[in-house]
This record gives sequence, structure tokens and C-alpha cells, in this order.
Amino acid sequence: MLNTVKNIGQKEKIKLFLEQRKPIIEDWKHTYYLWKSTPLAMIGTVIIFIFLTVAIFAPLFTTYSPTEQFMEERLLPPSSQHIFGTDQYGRDIFSRVVYGARIEVWIIFIVSIISVMIGIIVGITAGYFGSAVDEILMRITDMFLAFPRLILAMVLTAVLGPNLTNTMIAISLVDWTVYARLGRAEAMKVKSQPYIEAIRAVGAKDLRIIAFHVLPMSISPVIVQLTLRMGTIILTAAGLGFLGLGAQPPTPEWGAIVSDGRSYLVDQWWISTFPGMAIAFVVLGFNLLGDGIRDILDPRLRR
Amino acid sequence: MKLGAYILKRIFLMVIVMFGVATIVFFITHVIPADPVGAILGGNAPIERVDAMRRQLGLDKPITLQFIDYIKGIVHADFGISLKSSRPVLKDIINYFPATIELAIASMIFAVLVGVVLGVFSAIYRNKSIDHFSRVFSILGVSMPVFWLGLLLLLLFYYHLDLLPGGGRNSLFIFPPRITGLLLLDSIIAGDWTAFWDGLSHIILPAFVLGYASAASIARIMRASMLDILKQDFIRTAKSKGLSKRVVIYRHALKNALIPVVTIIGLSFGSLLSGAVLTETIFSWPGLGRYIVNALLVLDYPAVTGGTLFIAFIYSLANLVVDISYAVLDPRMRV
Repeated sequence: MLNTVKNIGQKEKIKLFLEQRKPIIEDWKHTYYLWKSTPLAMIGTVIIFIFLTVAIFAPLFTTYSPTEQFMEERLLPPSSQHIFGTDQYGRDIFSRVVYGARIEVWIIFIVSIISVMIGIIVGITAGYFGSAVDEILMRITDMFLAFPRLILAMVLTAVLGPNLTNTMIAISLVDWTVYARLGRAEAMKVKSQPYIEAIRAVGAKDLRIIAFHVLPMSISPVIVQLTLRMGTIILTAAGLGFLGLGAQPPTPEWGAIVSDGRSYLVDQWWISTFPGMAIAFVVLGFNLLGDGIRDILDPRLRR
Repeated sequence: MKLGAYILKRIFLMVIVMFGVATIVFFITHVIPADPVGAILGGNAPIERVDAMRRQLGLDKPITLQFIDYIKGIVHADFGISLKSSRPVLKDIINYFPATIELAIASMIFAVLVGVVLGVFSAIYRNKSIDHFSRVFSILGVSMPVFWLGLLLLLLFYYHLDLLPGGGRNSLFIFPPRITGLLLLDSIIAGDWTAFWDGLSHIILPAFVLGYASAASIARIMRASMLDILKQDFIRTAKSKGLSKRVVIYRHALKNALIPVVTIIGLSFGSLLSGAVLTETIFSWPGLGRYIVNALLVLDYPAVTGGTLFIAFIYSLANLVVDISYAVLDPRMRV
């Protein structure tokens, strides 16, 4: 096989390459087709794209600093100068919302990594070893599930000290249970497959089997679940920020900005309204995309 | 497994989980904080006050002893004295909890009514305008931050339209009777209609805000389950028997389609308790959620510990009830 590949020209090589991967390409094409035929998922994708672009290129979208205070320009209503108005310290709300997107992306990123890591380790260990290990790990998971999410997260941030880092730690410590249960279910499915038996017969140790064979097979549903949960992560972080138990001022976290404008709500409605709208917009994007992914992955639709 | 054995097993598991919950809370409130007294009193507090508070919180004892005392306290439902209110935490909880329960019940009633009606109609009139409306309603419900929606509604209905009161459970000079602690129920029992209408006008906005997300998920489940049922053979039989559309839909389909909604109601309870924290903060609702937030902001450790444990207990209890009622309804669940 290798010899024949060596002897043919560049063009044929590409052709062969494509030929070998035909099923994968077909699959992607099909996915693209399904995605295109679900307009809501497309809207969701566009929203997430805007969100990411704004976050990455935040300085290009803004003319003001998100934290610098101009006391002579305080509480200005939306105008061509400040399209979202200014807050009680004369800070431009639009800049704060734009830079806030960076913080939300950062929160999603870190929380996803930590919570998936904890969840996967706990879940796969429980599912793979079963019996007593499984029982103990799942009871521990149940203990974390016995708290309403926001309440455990806010107690954790308050005790650790309310700031952005601890917010991310707290949300991760609450969120991992979802992935643990999912990872466990997948690992249990995979471990009874004949090829795992074969690898073990060859002499592979548990650690190797888990890392190279069970983990790769169990990870994809976890990743899907993760994208479905990103909206919830933002809502939790914003809720904590709003309560004063999350990111602290002057960090332009969206929930914290909404809370900032609370006492000015009647006359300066713009301070709270715009960042809240940003949260709703982005969470809407994630929810639409999540619904779309669920539809696309539903085998009943894949025909 | 027999039903009785199943229930016993679930209760036994819950006791274990609650012990774990207590351990987690102990870890968070007693082990993680490096210098809780310093954080409460500030750096410049006189040493006598620091020592007095350390003694009051039991922090002068070794950690294992603290844990034993703590578990003993929980078993006796004694969570210590709140640093802020200087009252036993349990008394505070009993005082604040009915408000949360009342709000949760009101939200649930709203959510079930709106969710079921929207779900049923969007299933019957699939892809018609009511279905589209219901979809938009649902997706907005799970996307909008509770606290932001609450603020905007407050701005509209209280400040601008002046239709509804701005917060709290009752107006300043109305003194509702207190029997069960559920204000609306008490007013009815006492026959105090002024207090009842006053209380009702106060609960409308918070109940709507808190119940919206649950209404959205109920509408969604209801729609899916109704569509499923309408495809079944027994519906076709009922139709071909010559029953009117109304009877088929409301007597035959709806009854069966409601079963998954029961699960969602149970599952929603947790998000209601979480959401109650935010809703109560916005509407100055004197419930347990706001009590915990206020305790957290000043690091009132006994109040935080007690409040959190209590909420976790109620939440687990609700889940237990859902599981058991499921087992009663569906014997396949008893594994």
C-alpha cells in the first residue's frame, strides 16, 4: 500500500487521500446540509461568531477604555458619542460591554476546561472500574448534586473571596457533576466492547486502556453536552456578579455592570439594560446553537 | 423490589448523601477560610474581640472536635447563633422560609398553567402562529437572565405604569395575619381580603420572573409529549370511534401527555430555589435566598451554614419525593 502511494503523482495522492476519507467528508457535508436547513441554528452560530469576534477584537470596536473614569461625563444618555450611554463614573457602557465579552469568553473557556477535566476523570474512573469505586464516586457526585447549583457556587465564591478567578473555580466545582455522569455512562458502554477485551488480553494496563481507548471513545458526548451548557455557565457567572459575589468592580463582567446600574435604574435605564441585553443575546445564541446541535445529532433526522 | 424496600433504600441513601452534604458545607465554611474572624472583623480589630469571636464560632478547638460539634449541632437542628441578627439561625430560617415556599408555589402554578396551555396548543396547531409564539416564548425564557428581566419589569410595571408594587411581600401599613407563614393562605384563613389582594399584587411580578424559565421548559416538554401521544394508535381509535376532537384531545391525549410534565416539575424545583436567590434579591422578598445572600456578603458563617444545609435538605427531599412518586406510578423505575 505504502509503495503504491510513493510511486504515484501528487494529483493521485490527493485523490486517494480524499477517496479514503470519503465517508468522513460525506458526513461533514451532511452535517453542513442539516445545519443549513435549521435556520435557528444558523442564527445561533452567527450570534456566537459575533460574540467571539467582539471579544477577540475588543480594542478595535471601542474608542474609550472600559475602566477609565471621566467624572464630567457621568450618567450621559445614549448618543452618537456614547451609543450605550455612560455610567455613574463617566465610563462608556458600550466599551464596558465589549470588553465584558472577553471576560465571558474567558469564564466559559476556563470553566469548561476545569469542569470537563474533573468530570471526565471521576466519571470514567467510576464507569471503568465499576463496583465499589463506582459506588463511592457516584455518591460523592450525588452529594454535589444535592445543592441547587447557584447556591453552592455563591457560597464557594463568597468563602474563597469574591473575584473573577474564584468565580470560575466555583462554577467549575459545581458543573463537573454533569460530565461525570455522562462520562461514566459512556465508559460503561465502551469497557464491555470486545476490542477493550482484546487490548487487555495483549497485556495493556488499566491506565493505558483508559487513556488511549476508553477516553477517546467517551469524550464526544461530553463535548456536545459542554456546548449545550455554555449558556448556563454565562448565566451563572452573571448571576454571581449581579449578587456582588462574583467578579468585582471595576471588572466589566456583564452581571456586575447590571448590578452597578441598579440604583440608577429609574432615570438612567441604559446602565443596566444594555449589559443585560448582551447576556440575553449571547445565551440565546448558545441555546439556538445547542438546539440545532441536538437536532443534527438526532439520528431520526439523519436520513 | 417491593415498593416499601425501595422507599427505605432511597431514604437510607438520602441520609448518606445528607451526611456528605454536611461534610462539604463544613469543608467550605470551616476548612477553606484561612482567617474567618479577620475577614469578618477587619484587620484592626482588638485582640480580645477576635478571641471572643473565635470562641463564639468554636474556632479555638481542633478541627476534628469542631467537626464533631458541628455534626452534633445538625442532628439537634442547632445551627448556632447568627452573627448578624444575634438570633438562633434555625429561628431565622423558620422565619424566612415560608416566603420562599410561597414564592416557589406561586411560580410553579404560573409555570404549569402557562407551560401546559402553550405546549398543548402548539402541539395541536403545529407550525401555526401559536406554535411559533410558544417557541419564541420558550427560547427567550431560558435565555434571559432572571435578574435583568426582573429589573426591567420592575421599571415598567412599578416606576412607569405604577400598576404593581415595587417589592416586598406586603404594603407598609398592611399587617397580614401569620398562621402558617404563607401570607396568601393565612389571609384567606383569617378572611382578611385586603391583605390577600395586597399580597397577591406583590407576588405577581416575582412569581412571573421566577416561573418564566420553568414555564418555558414545561411548554417544550408538553409540546413534544403531546405530539408523541397524538400519533399513537389509541388516539386514532378514539377518533374513528366518532368522538369529538375536544374529547379526544382533552380526555385521551392530554391525560397521557401530562406524565413527563410531572418529572419536569420535580426537576424545576432546584432551578426555582436557585432562581429564588436572584428573584428575592431584586424584589426585596424576605425569603431564605436573600437571607443566605445577605449572610454571605458579611460572612455570617453560622447563618450561611444553616441556610445552605437547609436548602440542600429541602432540595434532596423534593427529589426523593419525585423519585418515590415515580416508582409508585411506574414499577420499572424501582431498580
